[in-house]
Amino acid sequence: MNTILGATTMNLPARDEWKLPARGRVGMCALIAAEAAIFTIFVVAYLFYIGKSLSGPMPRDVLAPPFFYTVCLLSSSLTIHFAGKVLRAGNVRSFGVWWLLTIALGGLFLYGTASEWHRLIYRDGLTISTNLFGTTYYSLVGLHGFHVVVGLVSLSTVMVFTVFGAVKQEHAERVDVLSLYWHFVDAVWIVVFTVVYVIGR
Amino acid sequence: MRSRGSINWRVLGSQILVCVNCNAAGLSNPTSPLSPTNIFSPASTPAKSIFELSLFVLAVTGTIFLVVFTLLLYSVVRFRKRKNDDGREPAQVYGSNQVELAWTVIPVLIVVALFMATARVIASVQKAARPDDAVEVVAIGHQFWWEYRYPALGVVTANELHVPVSDDSHPTPTFIKLLSADTDHSFWIPRLAGKTDLIPNHPNSMWIDPHETGVYLGQCAQYCGTQHAKMLLRVYVQPRADFDRWIQQQRQTATTTDAASQGQRIFETTACINCHTVAGTVANGHFGPDLTHLMTRDTIAAGGAKNTPENLRQWILNPASIKPGSLMPAMQLSDPELDALTNYLETLR
Amino acid sequence: MSTESIAWPSTTAASPSFVDHLHEWVTTVDHKRLGILYIVYALVFLVIGGVEATVIRIQLIRPHNDFVSPQVFNRMFTMHGTTMIFFVAMPILFGFANYLIPLMIGARDMAFPRLNAFSFWMTAFGGLLLYFSLVGANGLYGAGNAPDVGWFAYAPLTSQTFSLGHSTDFWTLALLVSGFGSIGTAINIVATILCLRCPGMTLAKMPLFAWLNLVMSGLVILAVSPLTAAQVMLLLDRYLGAHFFDTQAGGSAVIWMHFFWIFGHPEVYVLVLPAFAFASEIIPVFSRKPIFGYPVMVGATVAIGFISMSVWAHHMFTVGMGASVNTFFVISTMAIAVPTGIKIFNWLATMWGGKIEFKAPMLFCIAFLFQFLIAGLTGVMMSAAPFDWQLGNSYFVVAHFHYVIVGGILFCLFGAFYYWFPKMSGKMYSETLGKLHFWLFLIGFHLTFDFMHIPGLLGMPRRIYTYEPGRGWDIWNLIVTIGVFFQALGTVVFVANLLWSYFKGKAAGSDPWDAWTLEWSTNSPPPAYNFSLIPTVKSRRPLWDLKHPDDPDWKYE
Repeated sequence: MNTILGATTMNLPARDEWKLPARGRVGMCALIAAEAAIFTIFVVAYLFYIGKSLSGPMPRDVLAPPFFYTVCLLSSSLTIHFAGKVLRAGNVRSFGVWWLLTIALGGLFLYGTASEWHRLIYRDGLTISTNLFGTTYYSLVGLHGFHVVVGLVSLSTVMVFTVFGAVKQEHAERVDVLSLYWHFVDAVWIVVFTVVYVIGR
Repeated sequence: MRSRGSINWRVLGSQILVCVNCNAAGLSNPTSPLSPTNIFSPASTPAKSIFELSLFVLAVTGTIFLVVFTLLLYSVVRFRKRKNDDGREPAQVYGSNQVELAWTVIPVLIVVALFMATARVIASVQKAARPDDAVEVVAIGHQFWWEYRYPALGVVTANELHVPVSDDSHPTPTFIKLLSADTDHSFWIPRLAGKTDLIPNHPNSMWIDPHETGVYLGQCAQYCGTQHAKMLLRVYVQPRADFDRWIQQQRQTATTTDAASQGQRIFETTACINCHTVAGTVANGHFGPDLTHLMTRDTIAAGGAKNTPENLRQWILNPASIKPGSLMPAMQLSDPELDALTNYLETLR
Repeated sequence: MSTESIAWPSTTAASPSFVDHLHEWVTTVDHKRLGILYIVYALVFLVIGGVEATVIRIQLIRPHNDFVSPQVFNRMFTMHGTTMIFFVAMPILFGFANYLIPLMIGARDMAFPRLNAFSFWMTAFGGLLLYFSLVGANGLYGAGNAPDVGWFAYAPLTSQTFSLGHSTDFWTLALLVSGFGSIGTAINIVATILCLRCPGMTLAKMPLFAWLNLVMSGLVILAVSPLTAAQVMLLLDRYLGAHFFDTQAGGSAVIWMHFFWIFGHPEVYVLVLPAFAFASEIIPVFSRKPIFGYPVMVGATVAIGFISMSVWAHHMFTVGMGASVNTFFVISTMAIAVPTGIKIFNWLATMWGGKIEFKAPMLFCIAFLFQFLIAGLTGVMMSAAPFDWQLGNSYFVVAHFHYVIVGGILFCLFGAFYYWFPKMSGKMYSETLGKLHFWLFLIGFHLTFDFMHIPGLLGMPRRIYTYEPGRGWDIWNLIVTIGVFFQALGTVVFVANLLWSYFKGKAAGSDPWDAWTLEWSTNSPPPAYNFSLIPTVKSRRPLWDLKHPDDPDWKYE
């Protein structure tokens, strides 16, 4: 029975014409959809609780939009895009440089978040338990920061592989799948920035 | 074979007929023979509007059920494989656009009809105008008892709500604002209205205008913790004169006799006053029910037990024996202390 | 394939030991093995959840009963609901999906076999976490033990103030962990269906089973994530002093309800769509006709998927959302009845004009049709919000959703067990025992869940450990409890049938039902690689085309 289907002659498209999307890309898109749903709930909570804190520092008093670090993060999307481009062309060395730049920019962004949190906690006395603003701010920005950390860990892993010469031109598609995740992280930051520093203030 | 699925419909059908007949004949039967909490035995306008909507919904869904059920039964019987089957496959039919269209359009029309009927009732109940002489009550849900305040009338009581009967020609409804002191609860007296939840930091409101005097039963309908099951509701619908008299009595401060002063002393020196209020004394705790007129209530422990001296004594001795998980602690009193205390409480009319 | 001319190196003569077998199963990434692991895991929890239900029903058999304390009762209904949904229904449906999807689409395995294994073990661990609470949750005196906050864990009952100890945390963590497993499986199913179909199998030609699981996976991806988010918020509230649901700090208890039901409603479609998948495969085969209206069935499924994301607040009609919001959710809920009804009509039309064989799989699917009709109609009743103000949070709701889950989903699952058991085990089950199981379970189901509607109509709320006499509820509760024992007996017969047939059943062959989808072209059980040659298909019923070369489907589709 096993071989009957294969052995029957049918007028069908030749095997090589049967093209389906790559599973890595589809899987990553599905993961991004799930993550987007999680972020949406935190964003909804943030928006719902705007203005509802009973006490404590208000966004207007303590928030300063982190323009510089935002530019860093968004530029890292550009650098990762170039990294993928040069790897597809076969230039592993350039790829390494762009990739390292991406990691550096992402790291810089994290530093920015950390220093902002340090200021908020020690100078302004805002923690997650201070009031509703503190709760929603730290959880939303923190969730995003967590995803940046995960991204940086993945990117660093690839960096290590690159340094040891294991990354080659044929891996360009896999690198692209990882870049998708990084672009998602950046896109989420655009939303978070708008909600927290623009709408919420 | 499939008749089991239709049994509850027959019961419902006969129930509806009974109710419709009762109402139509103008019989005032405060307690339906089936149950004192029967949703098909409305005694107040919100419950009545819901009941009428439910008849329409049941008629529609009942018809759909009969039609589809019959078709399913028919197909299963008519198209079964016979013993003398010739072994050939039947005609392979892949679909039919007309049929699909038909059984899309008809359900959509049914949905539109149901929706319009429903929207109307939602508006009539949730957007009802409040007349100026409506009685106003604030109900506060606690674990596991009900606090009632009549702000305009200066009354605070617990667990047994009194409202005046309402006449359709000159309605005197009661509007209830619903708050919670701790977790979520729900106020459900099926014969008077649909249930509305009591949620902390989220005030709700509902209204009732009972047409018949009597006692209406219900209970908390949103899981609120260990003793959710015994957070019972009793609503006393009274003629206006009786209601006014009840209000007057509830506004008095506590009266007590000398013979009970020992019990009162125990009450006031034990932790009782931390949780309970007895108006006119030093006791003004708010965690537990107001006890000023405890003896005017039929039950204690939010319906957990009848209000008798034995039960009262038992309750104070060991609440967990009547309502395990209740938040009232056992007071560790000696027998003479318990007797004196019970005597004192028995004077709180 | 000749082996005589090749000198194989001699292996040890001893057959694999028990430890070797165990190691094979624990480290497997084969979708068929993982499918069976999911199914067996779920069956164990089905028994445990059933015991919990039995305890509940014995306690409620008469008013003021004292079989268990209120504390134990509240844990029972919490654990029963949580277990049945997360550790029985979801794993068993994922198990069948895992086993069958690659076979049905002509693939060798799922898209991400290791993710598959990871997802199973996450789910398994979640279940163990939940039950570990029975021993591990002791916090303050009198607190702790299994969670007792209800399976939807409304705030603020779940805050530290009202839920002392760690029982709520075990609930939260167990679901968080198994949620990751569910999302992993959903991602896997989506990637498998979109990327691994065999040549010729366009999306329009794949079995409805695959379509339904594809939409189901989309729902998991979009709906389980909000639950994950809400769980994280709850943990932050309980341990880091956050105020998401802290009403004393201005937080909202209602927002937990929104977040939970944004998960909770699509979740029930996650459960029911695979059941529809079973029915859509079984009913055509036993009616000897193709499914009626395949494109409409696909369209209705996608419609259900979309609409299901917009009905959630019909669980909150009594919460005080205001007339306009209530009205919106009335129309969206009534709207979803339309594509669901269309599906029933299409199954009916599939049987119409056919030659119905009443084997065990079909018996269960026929019962499903009747029962799902009723369940859907009681749902329509409750979609009329004012009617729901009476029916909601009462035993009417409990009866309704058990009608869907037991009368609908479980019946289809039993059908699926009997239908695919020959394929998975290579043996035929006992048809006599199958029919006995069917009749016992049918009687028990109707005794319990038909009559359960009545106390709801007479004012009995849910989640109460006892009730007052004189409310008219006593006789109905008694009948409901009696039905439990028939269902238990039926389940015993079912398990006995599976076990006996696995060891002693007749060889089933690859295609005992004369069916038409690709899994029936493999051996029973299929080899590890599924197909020696990846098949190429031309229609929705490739085996029909092979068996009827003069009258193939692709001429008419």
